[in-house]
Amino acid sequence: MQLDSLYQEIILDHYRTPHHAGLADPYDVEVHHVNPSCGDEVTLRVELDGDTVTGVTHQSVGCSISQAATSVMSDLVIGKPVAEGMATYEKFLELMQGRGNVEPDEEVLEDGVAFAGVAQFPARVKCALLGWSAWRDATAQALAKAETSAKKEGVSNV
Amino acid sequence: MTGARTFSSPLQPSFESPLDWHTVRADFPILSRELSGGYPLIYLDSANSSQKPRQVVQAIEEHYLIHNANVARAMHQLGAEATAAYEGGRDKVAAFIGAPNRDEIVFTKNASEALNLAAHTLGAALKPGDEVLITEMEHHSNIVPWQLACERTGATLRWFGVTDEGRLDLSNIEELINEHTKVVSLTWVSNALGTINPITDIAAKAHAVGATVVVDASQAVPQFPVDVSTLGADLLAFTGHKAVGPTGIGVLWGRYELLAQLPPFLGGGEMIEVVRMTGSTYAPPPARFEAGTPPIAQAVGLGAALDYLAGIGMDKIAAHEQAITAYALEGLKTVPGLTILGPTEAVERGGAVSFELDGVHPHDVATVLDTRGIAVRAGHHCARPVHERFGVQSSTRASFYLYTTPEEIDALVDGLGCVRSFFKVA
Repeated sequence: MQLDSLYQEIILDHYRTPHHAGLADPYDVEVHHVNPSCGDEVTLRVELDGDTVTGVTHQSVGCSISQAATSVMSDLVIGKPVAEGMATYEKFLELMQGRGNVEPDEEVLEDGVAFAGVAQFPARVKCALLGWSAWRDATAQALAKAETSAKKEGVSNV
Repeated sequence: MTGARTFSSPLQPSFESPLDWHTVRADFPILSRELSGGYPLIYLDSANSSQKPRQVVQAIEEHYLIHNANVARAMHQLGAEATAAYEGGRDKVAAFIGAPNRDEIVFTKNASEALNLAAHTLGAALKPGDEVLITEMEHHSNIVPWQLACERTGATLRWFGVTDEGRLDLSNIEELINEHTKVVSLTWVSNALGTINPITDIAAKAHAVGATVVVDASQAVPQFPVDVSTLGADLLAFTGHKAVGPTGIGVLWGRYELLAQLPPFLGGGEMIEVVRMTGSTYAPPPARFEAGTPPIAQAVGLGAALDYLAGIGMDKIAAHEQAITAYALEGLKTVPGLTILGPTEAVERGGAVSFELDGVHPHDVATVLDTRGIAVRAGHHCARPVHERFGVQSSTRASFYLYTTPEEIDALVDGLGCVRSFFKVA
């Protein structure tokens, strides 16, 4: 097992200076996700404007892989339509579950390609997915919330 | 079987143990494995699960290949052999922990199930106003079953705190153990801190108010001689796989008079006396608590495991564990930025050492060590509250057993130096 393939410099950079760290206001939904087997925790806030992700901020305790993956994930989804972010997640998940046999698409994953080596450390895959699972949950909740309030407005307008 | 060995380390002056660990290691083929990168396996995760000697695996193999059948209910010759083998496992467990009566040994699937059995059956008598007392250093398996029991019954859960040194805070024991206390359940040896708790003293205070004492001995039975007849516990739980035995079997020992008063836990075959559609009567202990086909081959394996440990001598194993723990504590103290959680001297302390390394998360510590063949545990070790007590989210834990060598400790200390330089905290 090659340590350098796991801990690429990009990952260590994101770990040391995570992007979008620190919880911002305003936000639509806040979630708290944990990895019960190891104790890693992330609190994440999402703000949407219609179908576009306008803000993701996070505060987490965890290892270099989980912190760096959350940082990279934030970069990848902010400013993009929700559907594009979800599609990027699918690509990232495919890479993580590929046991090192999946060629990462740098066009889509950008700094996320640095996590290709994680796929060869099965125990660490869940670290790389923690931030993503928090973002997907928060975003799904934010969309549901927007839909509910739109319906309410619709009713009051009648 | 074993003679004393000494070892001189480049890092530390000397190491003495009554065990000939080279002979012991020859019984554990896995310890000769080479891992990725050509590194020899250095297994420092025995508090999580111990490795198994050839003798245990052979006993299980022989049982399955030659004697296999169901127990008790099979009326044929193999059934008789399987029953004798299973009940023979019970005899060996009883002898190993000093139980005065073989019927005091209940087989479960693990220590968690044994503790759940205790919480469920003792919990049946709890009511609002009653108190259950545990400690902040428990494994989750000795916290959650009692939380559930208290939720079901309206009883109140209380706990001993932990001092900065990682010992039980007994300063408020007179208040914590009072006339409302019905159950005191605590670990003998902390899996996270290594602390050995004064069971007998606490049990005496608990008995004075009429409380029942439950002991989680998962980290104790593998490590040192245990005699339940003098300990003071009423119920005691441990697991096979941490004591060089197989997975899938645990033990609940209980004083017979207490077991005989407890209601059943799981219902099913073998735990009954007479079943009618209108109601059933139950078998006496231990059968009352062993519904369904039990872990038969595992009981055979556990018997072989305890024979193996007894053959070496639990006093020698305890002395080796003590020596290796002292050696490890001294070695770890030489690593800059390393903080030990729990007692820092090998006094009233078991062979599991959890620590933090400044600037590097435990997962990253474990991964770097793993690439050098060193297996440790990283996380909260199923003891989140005690980590919270020390203001940390997780830790790295190295744990030792009868086959652990001082060379392996040197490799750990050396590996931690590599961790620090890799993450540029050196």
